[in-house]
Amino acid sequence: MVKVKVVERPPADLVVQSWLPELWKGMKVSGRHFFVNLLTQKGIVTSQYPEVKRAYPPRFRGKHRLMRREDGSVRCVACFMCSTACPADCISIVAGQRDDENEKFPVTFEVDFIKCVFCGMCEEACPCDAIRLDSGVHRAPAYTRKEELNGKEDLLSLGSLSVARQGGEFK
Amino acid sequence: MTLTFVLLTLAKILGFILVFCVILAAILTWVERKMSSIIQDRIGPNRAEILGFRAFGLFHPIADMIKSFTKEEFVPAGASKTLFFLAPAFALVPTLCAFAVVPFGPGDLVISNLDSGMLFVFAIMGFGIYGVTLGGWASASNFAMLGALRGAAQMVSYEVSMGLNVVGIFAVFGSVSLTAIVGAQGHLLWGWLPMWGIVVQPLGFVLFLVAAMAENKRAPFDLPEGESEIIGYFVEYSAMGFATFMLSEFLEVIVIACIAATLFFGGWQIPWLDPTGTAGGWITVAQVAFFAFKVLFLCWFQMLIRWTVPRFRYDQVMSLGWKVLLPLSLANILATAVVLALVV
Repeated sequence: MVKVKVVERPPADLVVQSWLPELWKGMKVSGRHFFVNLLTQKGIVTSQYPEVKRAYPPRFRGKHRLMRREDGSVRCVACFMCSTACPADCISIVAGQRDDENEKFPVTFEVDFIKCVFCGMCEEACPCDAIRLDSGVHRAPAYTRKEELNGKEDLLSLGSLSVARQGGEFK
Repeated sequence: MTLTFVLLTLAKILGFILVFCVILAAILTWVERKMSSIIQDRIGPNRAEILGFRAFGLFHPIADMIKSFTKEEFVPAGASKTLFFLAPAFALVPTLCAFAVVPFGPGDLVISNLDSGMLFVFAIMGFGIYGVTLGGWASASNFAMLGALRGAAQMVSYEVSMGLNVVGIFAVFGSVSLTAIVGAQGHLLWGWLPMWGIVVQPLGFVLFLVAAMAENKRAPFDLPEGESEIIGYFVEYSAMGFATFMLSEFLEVIVIACIAATLFFGGWQIPWLDPTGTAGGWITVAQVAFFAFKVLFLCWFQMLIRWTVPRFRYDQVMSLGWKVLLPLSLANILATAVVLALVV
Protein backbone atom coordinates (compact mmCIF):
# COMPACT_ATOMS: atom_id res chain seq x y z
CA MET A 1 0.00 0.00 0.00
CA VAL A 2 1.17 3.49 -0.80
CA LYS A 3 1.28 5.69 2.23
CA VAL A 4 -0.84 8.77 1.65
CA LYS A 5 -0.16 11.80 3.78
CA VAL A 6 -3.35 13.79 4.15
CA VAL A 7 -2.60 17.49 4.36
CA GLU A 8 -5.11 19.38 6.45
CA ARG A 9 -6.57 22.37 4.69
CA PRO A 10 -6.11 25.54 6.71
CA PRO A 11 -9.42 26.50 8.31
CA ALA A 12 -11.35 29.02 6.23
CA ASP A 13 -12.54 31.04 9.20
CA LEU A 14 -14.24 34.38 9.03
CA VAL A 15 -10.93 36.28 9.11
CA VAL A 16 -9.70 34.49 5.98
CA GLN A 17 -13.07 34.61 4.26
CA SER A 18 -13.54 38.31 4.84
CA TRP A 19 -10.55 38.54 2.51
CA LEU A 20 -9.35 41.98 3.52
CA PRO A 21 -6.80 40.92 6.19
CA GLU A 22 -5.30 38.45 3.73
CA LEU A 23 -5.22 41.13 1.05
CA TRP A 24 -3.42 43.41 3.49
CA LYS A 25 -0.80 40.70 4.14
CA GLY A 26 -0.22 40.27 0.41
CA MET A 27 0.01 44.02 -0.14
CA LYS A 28 2.65 44.23 2.59
CA VAL A 29 4.76 41.65 0.76
CA SER A 30 4.46 43.24 -2.67
CA GLY A 31 4.86 46.71 -1.16
CA ARG A 32 8.06 45.61 0.58
CA HIS A 33 9.47 44.23 -2.67
CA PHE A 34 8.44 47.44 -4.45
CA PHE A 35 10.17 49.81 -2.08
CA VAL A 36 13.25 47.66 -1.45
CA ASN A 37 13.86 47.23 -5.17
CA LEU A 38 12.97 50.82 -5.99
CA LEU A 39 15.40 52.29 -3.47
CA THR A 40 18.23 49.75 -3.26
CA GLN A 41 17.72 47.24 -6.12
CA LYS A 42 18.78 44.64 -3.58
CA GLY A 43 16.39 41.87 -4.55
CA ILE A 44 16.70 42.14 -8.33
CA VAL A 45 18.00 38.91 -9.84
CA THR A 46 18.01 39.89 -13.52
CA SER A 47 21.39 40.24 -15.23
CA GLN A 48 21.61 42.60 -18.20
CA TYR A 49 22.66 39.88 -20.61
CA PRO A 50 24.38 41.28 -23.68
CA GLU A 51 26.25 43.87 -21.62
CA VAL A 52 26.90 41.78 -18.53
CA LYS A 53 27.83 38.17 -19.22
CA ARG A 54 27.85 35.50 -16.60
CA ALA A 55 31.24 33.91 -16.02
CA TYR A 56 31.34 30.26 -17.06
CA PRO A 57 32.26 27.79 -14.34
CA PRO A 58 35.93 26.72 -14.44
CA ARG A 59 35.10 23.22 -15.68
CA PHE A 60 32.98 24.51 -18.57
CA ARG A 61 33.61 22.52 -21.75
CA GLY A 62 33.70 24.74 -24.82
CA LYS A 63 35.19 24.28 -28.28
CA HIS A 64 38.17 21.97 -28.60
CA ARG A 65 41.65 23.35 -28.93
CA LEU A 66 44.78 21.62 -30.11
CA MET A 67 47.85 22.25 -27.93
CA ARG A 68 51.36 23.02 -29.20
CA ARG A 69 54.83 21.80 -28.33
CA GLU A 70 57.60 24.17 -27.27
CA ASP A 71 58.73 24.49 -30.89
CA GLY A 72 55.22 25.45 -31.95
CA SER A 73 54.32 22.28 -33.79
CA VAL A 74 51.18 20.34 -32.94
CA ARG A 75 51.38 17.96 -29.96
CA CYS A 76 48.95 15.47 -31.45
CA VAL A 77 50.57 12.21 -32.57
CA ALA A 78 47.52 10.96 -34.51
CA CYS A 79 47.00 7.95 -32.24
CA PHE A 80 43.21 7.97 -32.85
CA MET A 81 42.47 7.48 -29.12
CA CYS A 82 40.15 10.48 -29.13
CA SER A 83 38.21 9.53 -32.22
CA THR A 84 37.88 6.00 -30.84
CA ALA A 85 36.60 7.24 -27.50
CA CYS A 86 34.22 9.74 -29.10
CA PRO A 87 30.63 8.55 -28.57
CA ALA A 88 29.33 10.91 -31.25
CA ASP A 89 31.95 9.97 -33.80
CA CYS A 90 32.68 13.57 -34.60
CA ILE A 91 36.50 13.53 -34.83
CA SER A 92 38.12 12.51 -38.09
CA ILE A 93 41.92 12.37 -38.39
CA VAL A 94 44.22 11.62 -41.28
CA ALA A 95 47.68 10.65 -40.04
CA GLY A 96 51.07 11.42 -41.62
CA GLN A 97 54.80 10.84 -40.87
CA ARG A 98 56.77 13.62 -39.25
CA ASP A 99 60.05 14.52 -40.96
CA ASP A 100 62.04 15.53 -37.89
CA GLU A 101 61.45 12.52 -35.66
CA ASN A 102 59.98 9.05 -35.73
CA GLU A 103 56.46 10.12 -34.83
CA LYS A 104 53.10 10.59 -36.53
CA PHE A 105 51.18 13.86 -36.81
CA PRO A 106 47.65 14.73 -38.00
CA VAL A 107 47.56 15.89 -41.61
CA THR A 108 43.94 16.83 -41.07
CA PHE A 109 42.14 16.99 -37.75
CA GLU A 110 38.46 17.78 -38.08
CA VAL A 111 35.83 18.16 -35.36
CA ASP A 112 32.23 18.26 -36.56
CA PHE A 113 30.45 20.54 -34.09
CA ILE A 114 27.05 19.44 -35.34
CA LYS A 115 27.75 15.98 -33.98
CA CYS A 116 29.85 16.87 -30.95
CA VAL A 117 28.09 16.53 -27.57
CA PHE A 118 30.93 18.17 -25.57
CA CYS A 119 31.25 15.15 -23.28
CA GLY A 120 35.02 15.51 -22.86
CA MET A 121 35.84 11.86 -23.52
CA CYS A 122 38.46 12.82 -26.16
CA GLU A 123 40.20 15.04 -23.63
CA GLU A 124 40.35 12.16 -21.13
CA ALA A 125 41.49 9.64 -23.74
CA CYS A 126 44.34 11.79 -25.08
CA PRO A 127 47.76 10.50 -23.87
CA CYS A 128 49.65 13.63 -25.01
CA ASP A 129 47.60 16.50 -23.56
CA ALA A 130 47.03 17.49 -27.19
CA ILE A 131 43.27 18.11 -27.19
CA ARG A 132 41.47 20.12 -24.56
CA LEU A 133 37.94 21.48 -24.23
CA ASP A 134 38.87 24.33 -21.90
CA SER A 135 38.98 27.11 -24.52
CA GLY A 136 35.92 28.77 -22.94
CA VAL A 137 34.60 29.52 -26.45
CA HIS A 138 30.96 28.71 -26.91
CA ARG A 139 29.96 26.79 -29.99
CA ALA A 140 28.33 29.46 -32.16
CA PRO A 141 25.52 28.73 -34.59
CA ALA A 142 26.42 28.82 -38.27
CA TYR A 143 24.59 29.28 -41.55
CA THR A 144 26.09 26.28 -43.37
CA ARG A 145 27.07 22.78 -42.31
CA LYS A 146 30.55 23.39 -43.65
CA GLU A 147 31.17 26.17 -41.17
CA GLU A 148 30.49 23.74 -38.35
CA LEU A 149 33.35 21.54 -39.53
CA ASN A 150 36.43 22.92 -37.73
CA GLY A 151 39.79 21.89 -39.14
CA LYS A 152 43.28 21.70 -37.66
CA GLU A 153 44.07 25.39 -38.19
CA ASP A 154 40.87 26.52 -36.41
CA LEU A 155 41.54 24.27 -33.46
CA LEU A 156 45.21 25.24 -33.29
CA SER A 157 44.32 28.93 -33.34
CA LEU A 158 42.53 28.43 -30.02
CA GLY A 159 45.42 26.34 -28.68
CA SER A 160 48.48 27.29 -26.68
CA LEU A 161 51.72 25.85 -25.39
CA SER A 162 51.56 22.78 -23.21
CA VAL A 163 54.53 21.97 -20.98
CA ALA A 164 53.45 18.43 -20.17
CA ARG A 165 56.01 15.82 -21.21
CA GLN A 166 55.25 14.37 -24.54
CA GLY A 167 53.83 10.89 -24.06
CA GLY A 168 51.75 11.79 -21.02
CA GLU A 169 54.19 10.50 -18.41
CA PHE A 170 53.60 11.57 -14.82
CA LYS A 171 56.50 13.07 -12.98
CA MET B 1 -17.88 87.11 -21.64
CA THR B 2 -18.87 84.16 -23.83
CA LEU B 3 -15.62 84.16 -25.80
CA THR B 4 -13.56 84.32 -22.61
CA PHE B 5 -15.66 81.48 -21.19
CA VAL B 6 -15.12 79.32 -24.27
CA LEU B 7 -11.38 80.03 -24.32
CA LEU B 8 -11.04 79.34 -20.59
CA THR B 9 -12.96 76.08 -20.89
CA LEU B 10 -10.83 75.01 -23.84
CA ALA B 11 -7.69 75.84 -21.86
CA LYS B 12 -8.95 73.76 -18.93
CA ILE B 13 -9.83 70.83 -21.21
CA LEU B 14 -6.40 71.04 -22.82
CA GLY B 15 -4.56 71.35 -19.54
CA PHE B 16 -6.41 68.83 -17.41
CA ILE B 17 -7.69 66.15 -19.79
CA LEU B 18 -5.34 66.23 -22.76
CA VAL B 19 -2.11 67.06 -20.98
CA PHE B 20 -2.44 65.73 -17.44
CA CYS B 21 -4.73 62.73 -17.87
CA VAL B 22 -3.74 61.38 -21.30
CA ILE B 23 -0.02 61.76 -20.70
CA LEU B 24 -0.45 60.24 -17.25
CA ALA B 25 -2.27 57.31 -18.88
CA ALA B 26 0.65 56.83 -21.28
CA ILE B 27 3.08 56.95 -18.38
CA LEU B 28 0.91 54.51 -16.42
CA THR B 29 1.54 51.87 -19.10
CA TRP B 30 5.22 52.28 -18.26
CA VAL B 31 4.52 52.37 -14.50
CA GLU B 32 2.50 49.17 -14.74
CA ARG B 33 5.27 47.24 -16.46
CA LYS B 34 8.05 48.70 -14.36
CA MET B 35 6.15 48.26 -11.11
CA SER B 36 5.19 44.67 -11.84
CA SER B 37 8.81 43.90 -12.65
CA ILE B 38 10.33 45.35 -9.51
CA ILE B 39 7.63 43.76 -7.36
CA GLN B 40 8.65 40.45 -8.96
CA ASP B 41 12.39 41.19 -8.50
CA ARG B 42 12.97 41.90 -12.18
CA ILE B 43 14.27 45.04 -13.90
CA GLY B 44 11.57 45.60 -16.48
CA PRO B 45 11.62 47.43 -19.81
CA ASN B 46 14.79 49.52 -20.27
CA ARG B 47 15.87 48.91 -23.87
CA ALA B 48 14.14 51.65 -25.88
CA GLU B 49 16.66 54.42 -26.36
CA ILE B 50 16.91 57.76 -28.08
CA LEU B 51 20.47 58.88 -28.93
CA GLY B 52 21.86 56.53 -26.32
CA PHE B 53 19.56 57.75 -23.54
CA ARG B 54 17.39 55.10 -22.00
CA ALA B 55 15.68 57.07 -19.19
CA PHE B 56 14.70 53.95 -17.23
CA GLY B 57 12.58 52.72 -20.14
CA LEU B 58 10.44 55.87 -20.26
CA PHE B 59 10.66 55.83 -24.06
CA HIS B 60 8.75 52.57 -24.25
CA PRO B 61 5.32 54.30 -24.34
CA ILE B 62 6.60 56.34 -27.32
CA ALA B 63 7.80 53.17 -29.04
CA ASP B 64 4.43 51.55 -28.36
CA MET B 65 2.67 54.56 -29.85
CA ILE B 66 4.75 54.51 -33.05
CA LYS B 67 4.15 50.79 -33.35
CA SER B 68 0.37 51.06 -32.93
CA PHE B 69 0.13 53.89 -35.45
CA THR B 70 2.09 52.09 -38.12
CA LYS B 71 0.74 48.57 -37.68
CA GLU B 72 -1.88 47.08 -39.98
CA GLU B 73 -5.47 47.58 -38.85
CA PHE B 74 -6.83 44.08 -39.30
CA VAL B 75 -10.55 43.41 -39.67
CA PRO B 76 -11.55 39.75 -39.30
CA ALA B 77 -13.72 38.14 -41.96
CA GLY B 78 -17.41 38.36 -41.11
CA ALA B 79 -16.92 41.31 -38.79
CA SER B 80 -19.37 44.19 -38.77
CA LYS B 81 -16.99 46.80 -40.11
CA THR B 82 -18.60 50.03 -38.95
CA LEU B 83 -19.20 48.86 -35.42
CA PHE B 84 -15.77 47.27 -35.33
CA PHE B 85 -14.16 50.67 -35.92
CA LEU B 86 -16.62 52.56 -33.70
CA ALA B 87 -16.29 50.33 -30.64
CA PRO B 88 -12.89 51.65 -29.42
CA ALA B 89 -14.25 55.18 -29.63
CA PHE B 90 -17.28 54.11 -27.59
CA ALA B 91 -14.87 52.89 -24.95
CA LEU B 92 -12.63 55.96 -24.97
CA VAL B 93 -15.00 58.92 -25.24
CA PRO B 94 -17.14 58.30 -22.11
CA THR B 95 -13.99 57.86 -20.06
CA LEU B 96 -12.63 61.19 -21.27
CA CYS B 97 -16.01 62.87 -20.61
CA ALA B 98 -16.03 61.74 -16.99
CA PHE B 99 -13.10 64.08 -16.25
CA ALA B 100 -15.28 67.06 -17.09
CA VAL B 101 -16.89 67.33 -13.65
CA VAL B 102 -13.82 66.57 -11.51
CA PRO B 103 -12.74 69.69 -9.62
CA PHE B 104 -8.94 69.66 -9.87
CA GLY B 105 -8.55 72.93 -8.01
CA PRO B 106 -10.52 75.44 -5.95
CA GLY B 107 -13.03 77.87 -7.40
CA ASP B 108 -13.31 77.82 -11.19
CA LEU B 109 -10.74 75.06 -11.67
CA VAL B 110 -13.27 72.54 -12.90
CA ILE B 111 -14.24 72.11 -16.53
CA SER B 112 -17.99 71.94 -15.93
CA ASN B 113 -19.42 72.65 -12.50
CA LEU B 114 -22.55 70.51 -12.91
CA ASP B 115 -25.01 70.32 -10.03
CA SER B 116 -25.59 66.67 -10.91
CA GLY B 117 -21.81 66.01 -10.67
CA MET B 118 -21.50 62.44 -9.48
CA LEU B 119 -24.72 61.36 -11.22
CA PHE B 120 -23.23 62.61 -14.49
CA VAL B 121 -20.15 60.48 -13.85
CA PHE B 122 -22.29 57.39 -13.30
CA ALA B 123 -24.41 58.10 -16.35
CA ILE B 124 -21.43 58.65 -18.63
CA MET B 125 -19.46 55.72 -17.24
CA GLY B 126 -22.46 53.52 -17.95
CA PHE B 127 -21.78 54.16 -21.63
CA GLY B 128 -18.42 52.44 -21.32
CA ILE B 129 -20.24 49.14 -21.56
CA TYR B 130 -21.11 49.88 -25.21
CA GLY B 131 -17.47 49.80 -26.22
CA VAL B 132 -17.07 46.40 -24.60
CA THR B 133 -20.19 44.75 -25.98
CA LEU B 134 -19.97 46.29 -29.45
CA GLY B 135 -16.29 45.45 -29.75
CA GLY B 136 -16.97 41.87 -28.73
CA TRP B 137 -20.00 41.44 -30.95
CA ALA B 138 -18.62 43.17 -34.05
CA SER B 139 -15.48 41.01 -34.06
CA ALA B 140 -17.46 37.91 -35.09
CA SER B 141 -15.32 35.80 -32.79
CA ASN B 142 -16.55 33.48 -30.08
CA PHE B 143 -13.82 34.40 -27.63
CA ALA B 144 -14.49 38.09 -28.11
CA MET B 145 -18.23 37.51 -27.65
CA LEU B 146 -17.59 35.54 -24.45
CA GLY B 147 -15.37 38.33 -23.14
CA ALA B 148 -17.98 40.93 -24.04
CA LEU B 149 -20.73 39.00 -22.24
CA ARG B 150 -18.58 38.60 -19.15
CA GLY B 151 -17.65 42.27 -19.28
CA ALA B 152 -21.28 43.39 -19.65
CA ALA B 153 -22.49 41.22 -16.79
CA GLN B 154 -19.65 42.33 -14.55
CA MET B 155 -20.02 46.03 -15.28
CA VAL B 156 -23.77 46.00 -14.76
CA SER B 157 -23.49 44.15 -11.45
CA TYR B 158 -20.79 46.35 -10.01
CA GLU B 159 -22.33 49.60 -11.19
CA VAL B 160 -25.18 48.91 -8.75
CA SER B 161 -23.04 48.59 -5.66
CA MET B 162 -20.70 51.36 -6.82
CA GLY B 163 -23.65 53.72 -7.03
CA LEU B 164 -25.01 52.64 -3.65
CA ASN B 165 -21.59 53.02 -2.00
CA VAL B 166 -21.42 56.73 -2.62
CA VAL B 167 -24.98 57.34 -1.38
CA GLY B 168 -23.44 57.50 2.10
CA ILE B 169 -21.16 60.29 0.89
CA PHE B 170 -24.15 62.14 -0.61
CA ALA B 171 -26.01 61.80 2.70
CA VAL B 172 -23.10 63.06 4.81
CA PHE B 173 -22.19 66.04 2.62
CA GLY B 174 -25.73 66.79 1.47
CA SER B 175 -24.98 67.15 -2.24
CA VAL B 176 -24.21 65.21 -5.41
CA SER B 177 -22.16 68.05 -6.90
CA LEU B 178 -18.47 67.18 -6.73
CA THR B 179 -17.51 70.81 -6.12
CA ALA B 180 -19.90 71.00 -3.16
CA ILE B 181 -18.62 67.68 -1.79
CA VAL B 182 -15.02 68.88 -1.92
CA GLY B 183 -16.01 72.15 -0.29
CA ALA B 184 -17.78 70.32 2.51
CA GLN B 185 -14.68 68.20 3.16
CA GLY B 186 -12.84 71.34 4.29
CA HIS B 187 -14.76 71.26 7.59
CA LEU B 188 -13.12 69.93 10.71
CA LEU B 189 -14.58 67.28 13.02
CA TRP B 190 -14.23 68.16 16.71
CA GLY B 191 -12.12 71.11 15.65
CA TRP B 192 -9.07 69.16 14.46
CA LEU B 193 -9.88 66.16 12.25
CA PRO B 194 -10.39 66.99 8.54
CA MET B 195 -13.83 65.73 7.58
CA TRP B 196 -12.64 63.75 4.58
CA GLY B 197 -14.83 61.09 3.06
CA ILE B 198 -12.53 58.31 4.22
CA VAL B 199 -12.88 59.50 7.83
CA VAL B 200 -16.68 59.55 7.83
CA GLN B 201 -17.20 56.66 5.37
CA PRO B 202 -14.28 54.19 5.80
CA LEU B 203 -16.35 51.14 4.80
CA GLY B 204 -17.80 53.13 1.92
CA PHE B 205 -14.28 53.81 0.63
CA VAL B 206 -13.22 50.15 0.70
CA LEU B 207 -16.43 49.05 -1.02
CA PHE B 208 -16.17 51.86 -3.57
CA LEU B 209 -12.60 50.94 -4.45
CA VAL B 210 -13.46 47.25 -4.87
CA ALA B 211 -16.53 48.02 -6.99
CA ALA B 212 -14.67 50.60 -9.06
CA MET B 213 -11.78 48.26 -9.78
CA ALA B 214 -14.24 45.53 -10.73
CA GLU B 215 -16.02 47.94 -13.03
CA ASN B 216 -12.72 48.83 -14.65
CA LYS B 217 -12.23 45.11 -15.45
CA ARG B 218 -8.63 45.07 -14.22
CA ALA B 219 -7.00 42.33 -12.15
CA PRO B 220 -8.12 40.77 -9.84
CA PHE B 221 -11.39 41.27 -11.75
CA ASP B 222 -9.97 40.91 -15.27
CA LEU B 223 -12.31 38.08 -16.21
CA PRO B 224 -13.52 39.76 -19.43
CA GLU B 225 -9.87 39.97 -20.47
CA GLY B 226 -8.32 36.91 -18.85
CA GLU B 227 -4.96 36.91 -20.66
CA SER B 228 -4.40 33.23 -20.02
CA GLU B 229 -7.79 32.02 -21.22
CA ILE B 230 -10.00 34.02 -23.60
CA ILE B 231 -8.04 37.29 -24.16
CA GLY B 232 -11.39 39.01 -24.18
CA TYR B 233 -13.52 41.39 -26.13
CA PHE B 234 -10.53 43.00 -27.93
CA VAL B 235 -8.92 39.76 -29.03
CA GLU B 236 -9.50 40.56 -32.73
CA TYR B 237 -8.21 44.12 -32.50
CA SER B 238 -4.76 45.11 -33.65
CA ALA B 239 -2.85 48.37 -33.89
CA MET B 240 -4.67 51.54 -32.86
CA GLY B 241 -8.00 49.86 -32.09
CA PHE B 242 -6.36 47.76 -29.44
CA ALA B 243 -4.27 50.70 -28.24
CA THR B 244 -7.46 52.73 -27.80
CA PHE B 245 -9.01 50.02 -25.64
CA MET B 246 -5.83 49.89 -23.57
CA LEU B 247 -5.69 53.67 -23.28
CA SER B 248 -9.29 53.84 -22.11
CA GLU B 249 -8.54 51.16 -19.51
CA PHE B 250 -5.65 53.20 -18.12
CA LEU B 251 -7.71 56.38 -18.32
CA GLU B 252 -10.35 54.63 -16.27
CA VAL B 253 -7.72 53.95 -13.62
CA ILE B 254 -7.15 57.70 -13.50
CA VAL B 255 -10.90 58.41 -13.45
CA ILE B 256 -11.29 56.10 -10.45
CA ALA B 257 -8.31 57.76 -8.77
CA CYS B 258 -9.80 61.22 -9.46
CA ILE B 259 -13.27 60.29 -8.20
CA ALA B 260 -11.89 58.50 -5.14
CA ALA B 261 -9.62 61.46 -4.37
CA THR B 262 -12.55 63.84 -4.76
CA LEU B 263 -15.10 61.87 -2.75
CA PHE B 264 -12.93 60.31 -0.06
CA PHE B 265 -9.65 62.25 0.15
CA GLY B 266 -10.89 65.82 0.08
CA GLY B 267 -10.16 66.64 -3.56
CA TRP B 268 -7.82 69.64 -3.67
CA GLN B 269 -8.17 70.27 0.08
CA ILE B 270 -4.94 70.55 2.04
CA PRO B 271 -5.80 69.84 5.69
CA TRP B 272 -6.06 72.95 7.90
CA LEU B 273 -5.11 75.24 5.02
CA ASP B 274 -7.58 77.53 3.26
CA PRO B 275 -10.69 75.27 3.32
CA THR B 276 -12.80 77.66 1.23
CA GLY B 277 -10.28 77.82 -1.62
CA THR B 278 -10.34 81.60 -1.90
CA ALA B 279 -6.73 82.37 -1.01
CA GLY B 280 -5.38 82.31 -4.58
CA GLY B 281 -1.73 82.64 -5.54
CA TRP B 282 0.72 79.97 -4.50
CA ILE B 283 -1.80 78.32 -2.18
CA THR B 284 -4.00 77.51 -5.19
CA VAL B 285 -0.99 76.04 -7.00
CA ALA B 286 -0.21 73.93 -3.92
CA GLN B 287 -3.82 72.73 -3.78
CA VAL B 288 -3.80 71.68 -7.45
CA ALA B 289 -0.47 69.93 -6.89
CA PHE B 290 -1.84 68.18 -3.81
CA PHE B 291 -4.81 66.94 -5.84
CA ALA B 292 -2.40 65.61 -8.47
CA PHE B 293 -0.42 63.91 -5.72
CA LYS B 294 -3.55 62.20 -4.37
CA VAL B 295 -4.46 61.01 -7.88
CA LEU B 296 -0.95 59.64 -8.43
CA PHE B 297 -1.02 57.90 -5.05
CA LEU B 298 -4.38 56.26 -5.78
CA CYS B 299 -3.17 55.14 -9.23
CA TRP B 300 -0.13 53.58 -7.54
CA PHE B 301 -2.37 51.93 -4.97
CA GLN B 302 -4.56 50.37 -7.66
CA MET B 303 -1.45 49.04 -9.41
CA LEU B 304 -0.21 47.57 -6.13
CA ILE B 305 -3.52 45.72 -5.68
CA ARG B 306 -3.40 44.61 -9.31
CA TRP B 307 0.03 43.01 -8.88
CA THR B 308 -0.76 41.47 -5.49
CA VAL B 309 -4.03 39.64 -5.94
CA PRO B 310 -4.59 36.71 -8.29
CA ARG B 311 -7.63 36.60 -10.56
CA PHE B 312 -11.03 35.55 -9.22
CA ARG B 313 -13.05 32.76 -10.69
CA TYR B 314 -16.02 34.09 -12.64
CA ASP B 315 -18.71 32.79 -10.26
CA GLN B 316 -16.72 34.24 -7.37
CA VAL B 317 -16.79 37.66 -9.01
CA MET B 318 -20.56 37.48 -9.44
CA SER B 319 -21.25 36.24 -5.92
CA LEU B 320 -18.89 38.85 -4.47
CA GLY B 321 -20.80 41.55 -6.30
CA TRP B 322 -24.34 40.47 -5.52
CA LYS B 323 -24.03 38.59 -2.24
CA VAL B 324 -21.33 40.60 -0.45
CA LEU B 325 -20.87 44.09 -1.85
CA LEU B 326 -24.55 44.86 -2.39
CA PRO B 327 -25.74 43.92 1.16
CA LEU B 328 -22.72 45.67 2.67
CA SER B 329 -23.41 48.87 0.72
CA LEU B 330 -27.06 48.77 1.79
CA ALA B 331 -25.98 48.24 5.42
CA ASN B 332 -23.55 51.13 5.04
CA ILE B 333 -26.36 53.41 3.83
CA LEU B 334 -28.58 52.30 6.73
CA ALA B 335 -25.85 52.87 9.31
CA THR B 336 -25.04 56.28 7.85
CA ALA B 337 -28.70 57.27 7.91
CA VAL B 338 -29.14 56.16 11.53
CA VAL B 339 -26.02 58.02 12.68
CA LEU B 340 -27.05 61.14 10.77
CA ALA B 341 -30.56 60.99 12.25
CA LEU B 342 -29.18 60.68 15.78
CA VAL B 343 -26.31 63.20 15.56
CA VAL B 344 -27.49 65.95 13.27
